[in-house]
Amino acid sequence: MSAYLIRKLALTLVVLLGTATCAFILVHLVPGDPAHALAGPQATPEDVENLRRSLQLDRPLIVQYAVYMRNLLRLDLGRSYTSNKPVIEEIAARWPATLQLSLASLVVAVAVGVPAGVVAATRRGSLADTITMMGAFLGVSMPSFWLGLLLILLFSVKLKLLPFLGRSGPASFVLPSLTLGLGVAANIARLTRASMLEVLGQDYVRTARGKGVPGRRVVYVHALRNASIPIVTIVGLQLGALLGGQVVTEKVFSWPGIGRMIVDALMTRDLLLVQGGILVLSLTFAITNLLTDICYAILDPRIRF
Amino acid sequence: MRRPCSRRFFKNPSALVGGIILGFLVIVSVVGPAVVPYSPYKQDTSIKLRGPYAEHWLGTDEFGRDVLSRLVLGSRYSLSAGFVSVGMGLAGGLLLGAPAGYYGGLIDQMVMLLCDILLAFPGVLLSLAITMALGPGIYTPMVAVGISSIPVFARLVRAQFLSLRNAQFVEAARSQGASDARIVFKHLLPNSIGPLVVQSTLRMGSAILTTATLSFLGQGAQPPEPEWGAMLNMAVPYFWTAPHLVILPGLAITITVIAVNLLGDALRDFADPRTRE
Repeated sequence: MSAYLIRKLALTLVVLLGTATCAFILVHLVPGDPAHALAGPQATPEDVENLRRSLQLDRPLIVQYAVYMRNLLRLDLGRSYTSNKPVIEEIAARWPATLQLSLASLVVAVAVGVPAGVVAATRRGSLADTITMMGAFLGVSMPSFWLGLLLILLFSVKLKLLPFLGRSGPASFVLPSLTLGLGVAANIARLTRASMLEVLGQDYVRTARGKGVPGRRVVYVHALRNASIPIVTIVGLQLGALLGGQVVTEKVFSWPGIGRMIVDALMTRDLLLVQGGILVLSLTFAITNLLTDICYAILDPRIRF
Repeated sequence: MRRPCSRRFFKNPSALVGGIILGFLVIVSVVGPAVVPYSPYKQDTSIKLRGPYAEHWLGTDEFGRDVLSRLVLGSRYSLSAGFVSVGMGLAGGLLLGAPAGYYGGLIDQMVMLLCDILLAFPGVLLSLAITMALGPGIYTPMVAVGISSIPVFARLVRAQFLSLRNAQFVEAARSQGASDARIVFKHLLPNSIGPLVVQSTLRMGSAILTTATLSFLGQGAQPPEPEWGAMLNMAVPYFWTAPHLVILPGLAITITVIAVNLLGDALRDFADPRTRE
């Protein structure tokens, strides 16, 4: 197990190094002169030149890359062009909002997706199965930002039940976490149903039923635990969708997180802020994938690495 | 006597419904812009933000433009987005995955590492990062989604080639002196086409959703182009007074993705011998 973990950790580090390199390349592919854009239309050529020198944009690309990687190891992601604050500070200020929304959305996704999939599988062919799977199909086919706008229209504008702007107490979490979580719940429900159907047909489930084990216990203890490995995989992978979805959901709900920071920075061409935000979300995703792998071993004692 | 393949495929209700909706959308995108009663760009501020009524069946937008005409023209962009981005992903995936699966060794390891790195970016973020490098434009989201789909297709192509490269028919071709290129293009590729077609159809729905998301974030089509995601972006400030501007483009995206997903699911079931009947 520990050898597997070390190998997995090493691979994660290599992938992160590659991710950081990709982020650097993408930022340097951006057309236009960042120094010119940052200095503004009123700036003289001297101002632009000074700014370029202070941002080290006048040095060869390979030197800029070496400086970038060295700084990255010191958690120095540069300074925001617009606010002139360190990027890491900007991210740290928004990180709690993003993390809280991710966790709330994950709770919605699992709390809705897993029971829906279980109900659909245990009542295969019934009306409940059809309705659940149609709902799940709609969930994966709908743009999340549109769902968010519809929820705002219904619960905030028409019914005036819930707030929809910013982060101001528990009620403000409801609509963004539903927006982000329901699409993921749809994927989880589809996979849970498929996985449960496979397990429910196994001999040990029939044996448990034959021994008189109550139906709920058979479903939730015998079947669901054995069906949980693909479910954990999809939950882990869907966290990537959640983190990506943050970008647009945070924009719709004016949520003060990293996603909105990235979108705002894209508009002002604050490239280092975009780069930092993307790197941090990718790091989170890589760590989640690692934790997902570790979860397999805990859930299924047959798995030996 | 066995029925033709297409008839057996369209016996599946998902395939039939998805096929009809997608067929209708393709006809609308090709013929529609020529027959709509108003130009999608013609402004008339005297009738701005009107809900559906007799002259404008789906109402008008903030500049008094006909929403129906704009939605019809927008279908072109969304359908193209699906085909172009998946086509790019497939082409790139073949280019990377084929040598990785066929030759193995160092090439395989390098390609898989590159795929792992690209897949380490969560969902829409890689596409967003690529749009940042390319700058906003109507084709930017298509290219961005296409590039970010490459690792998915590369892995699939590699897996297919890896499983087929030692098959008897490949050995037979090799023993007859066939070149690597001939083996790849004449033997391996035709035998891998099934899973690739299924995966392409399944990816198309998410490609349409991601391109619409990028346009909604202002990184795709710019005003006055009537791309559906961009139309939603422009509609947000008028949300309270003209909800139809938010509801209709989103509904159009959802219906298109439902059609593509129905077809994708049906193709996947059809390709799997366990669920075919």
